[in-house]
Amino acid sequence: MAAKTKRAFAGRQMLGRAVKDSFLKLSPRAQIQNPVMFLVFVSAILTTLLWAVSLFGVRDADASSGYILAIAAVLWLTSLFANFAEAISEGRGKAQAAALRASRKDVDAHKIPSPQEKEHFTAVASALLKKGDLVVVRAGEQIPGDGDVIDGAASVDESTITGESAPVIREAGGDRSAVTGGTTVLSDWIVVRVTSEAGESFLDKMIAMVEGAARKKTPNEIALQIFLVALSIIFILVTVSLYTFSVFSAKQAGITNPTSVTTLVALLVCLAPTTIGALLSAIGIAGMSRLNEANVLAMSGRAIEAAGDVDILMLDKTGTITLGNRQACAFLPVDGVSERELADAAQLSSLADETPEGRSVVILAKEKFGLRERQLSGSQVRFLPFSAKTRMSGVDYAGSEIRKGAAEAVFDYVRASGGSCPQQCDTIVRSIASQGGTPLVVAKDRRVLGVIHLKDIVKQGVKEKFADLRKMGIKTIMITGDNPMTAAAIAAEAGVDDFLAEATPEGKLQRIRELQAKGHMVAMTGDGTNDAPALAQADVAVAMNTGTQAAKEAGNMVDLDSSPTKLIDIVRIGKQLLMTRGSLTTFSIANDVAKYFAIIPALFVGLYPGLSALNIMGLHSPQSAVLSAIIYNALIIVALIPLALKGVKYREVSSGRLLSRNLLIYGLDGLIAPFVCIKLIDLLLVFFGLA
Amino acid sequence: MNAVIQYILYLGILILLAIPLGGYIKKVMAGEKTFLSRILTPCENAVYKVMHIDSGEQMNWKKYAVSVLIFSGIGLVFLFLLQLLQGVLPGNPQGLPGVKWDLSLNTAISFITNTNWQAYSGESTLSYLTQALGLTVQNFVSAATGIAVLFALIRGFVKVKTDGLGSFWVDITRIVIHILIPLNLVIALALAGGGVIQNLKGGQTVPLLEPVAVNAEGEIIENAVIDVETNTVTVFGKAVEDADIVTEQFVPMGPAASQVAIKQSGTNGGGYMGVNSAHPLENPNAFTNLIEMISLLLIPAALCFTFGRCVKNKRQGVALFMAMFLCLVVALGCVAVREQIATPQLIQDGAVDVSAVDQAGGNMEGKETRFGIAASSTWAVYTTAASNGSVNSMHDSFTPLGGMVPMLLMQLGEVIFGGTGCGLYGMLAFAILTVFIAGLMVGRTPEFLGKKIEPYEMKWATLVCLATPIAILVGSGIAAVFPGIEASLNNAGAHGFSEILYAFSSAGGNNGSAFAGFNGNTVFLNLSLGLVMLFVRFLPIVGTLAIAGSLARKKLVAVSAGTLSTQNPMFVFLLIFIVLLVGALSFFPSLALGPIAEFLSSIG
Repeated sequence: MAAKTKRAFAGRQMLGRAVKDSFLKLSPRAQIQNPVMFLVFVSAILTTLLWAVSLFGVRDADASSGYILAIAAVLWLTSLFANFAEAISEGRGKAQAAALRASRKDVDAHKIPSPQEKEHFTAVASALLKKGDLVVVRAGEQIPGDGDVIDGAASVDESTITGESAPVIREAGGDRSAVTGGTTVLSDWIVVRVTSEAGESFLDKMIAMVEGAARKKTPNEIALQIFLVALSIIFILVTVSLYTFSVFSAKQAGITNPTSVTTLVALLVCLAPTTIGALLSAIGIAGMSRLNEANVLAMSGRAIEAAGDVDILMLDKTGTITLGNRQACAFLPVDGVSERELADAAQLSSLADETPEGRSVVILAKEKFGLRERQLSGSQVRFLPFSAKTRMSGVDYAGSEIRKGAAEAVFDYVRASGGSCPQQCDTIVRSIASQGGTPLVVAKDRRVLGVIHLKDIVKQGVKEKFADLRKMGIKTIMITGDNPMTAAAIAAEAGVDDFLAEATPEGKLQRIRELQAKGHMVAMTGDGTNDAPALAQADVAVAMNTGTQAAKEAGNMVDLDSSPTKLIDIVRIGKQLLMTRGSLTTFSIANDVAKYFAIIPALFVGLYPGLSALNIMGLHSPQSAVLSAIIYNALIIVALIPLALKGVKYREVSSGRLLSRNLLIYGLDGLIAPFVCIKLIDLLLVFFGLA
Repeated sequence: MNAVIQYILYLGILILLAIPLGGYIKKVMAGEKTFLSRILTPCENAVYKVMHIDSGEQMNWKKYAVSVLIFSGIGLVFLFLLQLLQGVLPGNPQGLPGVKWDLSLNTAISFITNTNWQAYSGESTLSYLTQALGLTVQNFVSAATGIAVLFALIRGFVKVKTDGLGSFWVDITRIVIHILIPLNLVIALALAGGGVIQNLKGGQTVPLLEPVAVNAEGEIIENAVIDVETNTVTVFGKAVEDADIVTEQFVPMGPAASQVAIKQSGTNGGGYMGVNSAHPLENPNAFTNLIEMISLLLIPAALCFTFGRCVKNKRQGVALFMAMFLCLVVALGCVAVREQIATPQLIQDGAVDVSAVDQAGGNMEGKETRFGIAASSTWAVYTTAASNGSVNSMHDSFTPLGGMVPMLLMQLGEVIFGGTGCGLYGMLAFAILTVFIAGLMVGRTPEFLGKKIEPYEMKWATLVCLATPIAILVGSGIAAVFPGIEASLNNAGAHGFSEILYAFSSAGGNNGSAFAGFNGNTVFLNLSLGLVMLFVRFLPIVGTLAIAGSLARKKLVAVSAGTLSTQNPMFVFLLIFIVLLVGALSFFPSLALGPIAEFLSSIG
């Protein structure tokens, strides 16, 4: 309840600020940014001048002062409404930016000369830190700048950035080494090498992005603006030539020209694509806001649009398609090795393996044979962490070498020293792989002991999701380190279109290049430093916030939640952004038909009484017709602000169906709605005796 | 029923001939062998040799555009001088004097822009030399230029990551030698066989069967009783003082059939005679009328199918054809109905019988009795749909709405088939606008035929599409308040305004037809219409080539279910909608002041 009140209050505050901003934006410099609205702005000034001179008896045809004033007032309102749309869309970002700014306090950084001399720190203002400086951060202190952890491990509260209150672990080495300035260390200590100077930090970029300060018009927005400006130019020519035509016609008819400049200006504003013109920047900013709300930070507006075009998603299997953790479910020994012997070796090699798979091996060994975790320490133990290159991990312990890993990697390793790989092992590997499981081959002293069966569990609902994506023309490619057979089985179960098995960073890069050469737009997520080249190559590259600094630099978006399924949301937001723009453009242009039918008879009925036949809405008088049309024109902007902010409804259907749906809603509505609304406004004007 | 069958026949024959011709043009332009290659390819190669043309050259878009502009520029200067000096040049058996500078300039522009607006009267202003060396040559090459530019654009769609759009010189040579000359040979022979004159004699003077009396202004005196012997003219017994009795008639002669052929097939429209194909020697009967009418739309229609074959997507060609064809049929329907039911004024007192469809009833004013409503309406729609501008009836005399449709067809930017080549590249610019809006609506940045549409293409496509409305609105806007403009008009009020609007629409669509009552031969109109013609011809050409250059540099985007289809009925519908919307939004107010006001006052 309290939260609700608070939000309502914040909402009211935001509204107040937006109203204030809409007046501030009435400066010519702000208006010229948006040519269509600048036209309205100039028209408002022009009609105001016409009104002013009309007070001194300079008449504009037979338009009365009151009428000119009414038109001028509505034109000013139109300008204000457009400003309001922009201001309100910026509001959310501004509030977010203010919160972020508050967290970016200037703190004292504890600069140290080397990781070994943690105690010899000098206090330096965080703003003065240079790239490459080393700082030590202890529990309770704020991290002074972006950087990589090079020593130690700590739990860090990153809620200022992610909004997620649960602390995360940051430690030296590996893919969880990146820390962000402005976050707070909760326990332990870390030594951080600063990677960005003050003013260029992640937080600074984030503030600039959410605030819209760094917002540049995207190519697509520019293209649309060109179209809108061209239409406006045509309408300027239409109205100007209309004046000369009316002069000619009046001369032919031998009467004084009854066409007033005020009405022509009103016609111009009605015809110009003001609806989309007013909402264009709001739509763009709102798209960015929606992305921020999804906890994704785009480094450019361009990236969001590209997301709408993506037709291939490269998804990591783990976490996106399958339930993150593969579980060991069986030890399958070969060549007379006992199951227990295999389990023992497997457990030993997995003790230092902190991955869920590694842990599940230890757990299975414990469940089956009651093998306890052993404390391994001393110089005779050496753990080899898993690497994407070797695709093996293991341990050298008490003079023996234990390795476990992908079948081929282990076989190569065994063969390299002249060992042989039993046929039986190969059969087991194949049979596990064909069931969609992951075989991990265990070798001790270059002798194959057997296979661990790791089982993968496909997430619920992903198959349906991929089918929807396929309908929209988006193909999914599963990336996995598994061998092709395993990958194929999971791919079939999950319903992905293709897979990249035994993926190496080079393989991913290669695949992306191939796809792009065929004209595809590729999106992918990544977190490790070794993903950076592929991320840099992909059209839409989402780096995990938990990922390394290199990955974040290479991507064009950062997912603060580090959720692998986020890519699908990003595509949705990208498409929605473009669809909103397109639909409102269609709506805006379709509106012109009704406006013509309102204004043209009103304009020329004095010249050719027969033209009243075109007044199919039966509007009360020429003046009420023009006023109704222009009032509608102003009000429709306000009416469509919620749609511009929320985006049009998005569905995962084929482009043909999407087009006919949106055409039906926005095109047909755009034709019909103004007829109804203008008539209603006209009735109201007459009812209140205003026209 | 008779009339309906005629309409279906006209449309059916067009489609039947356009499809194979489209295939032939594709082969020619791809340099493939055709059944005429054995005769024509040596001629083509000879031209390259004599002119030192590198037949393998790949021009970038700027070079291509400069070549087009230089080529047209030389044509302009040559034609201008030819007219000024025709009095002292040979090939002038009638001894016609040089043409005034403003009229010469207007005519020169009009012919190099494939407009063929005729502020002059052919048989009484231009010598045979001017007609043959000037106009006829331009009739061929201006038509060929349009097709060449279209092919540059096609290559832009087809080619990937390259700058080369082919060579303008090679394109134009191939088009003239392989397409225009053989096709026109066939048409000219058919026309001559059908009775269109084709000779090199000077004009003949022949006695009239019955003398007529004219007054001092040269107008025929009605109900005159002529006594040739006493040389007196009486009307209802009263003698007319200043009457002249005419006993002889001047009959123009010359190589008409060959000129008429290219006039029609090259969407030129500049008639050999002043009254164009309404003249009995230029278009004597139903057979020649059919040939001339079909050849009007033949190449523009065929190019749609050529386009489909070239981009290896025949359905795309059919889709573009359908978009144009549907508009054509609707326009034809409107004109046919309006002309057949005429106006209440004609019907009153039983003056005109509009009840029967199978006889010439309806509004026959300005129409030739040998053609009737159906052939005249069809011609009017065909000639304004294609940017041709030849006429076999006087559009000025059409009913208000019947005359509005031809005007609107021109105002749409001549993209309903339009001129040879230029109609289709204009339509493709509209297609780019359409995919842009439609693409946004399905949440993708737009692409057309696998090429992404970005701000650069949008900028030029918008200019190509809006060149016509801009030119017409500015031109007629100024003309409407130009002092003394009323003197050029044949009518007052709304119809007078329609005449101005029609003239600028005709120039602004590079069409060339006129509301006959309008006198365009004044310095202001010659110059302003000339400028309009240049603007709407060369801005789109440069724009199209810029788009072509940019598209050729792009890679192809892969097709998926998310790609917006540009071949289905939905796209055809949208394309038509956008074309009509741009046209309607630009011209509804001015049409309201002209034909619509006229129509409403005629029924009101």
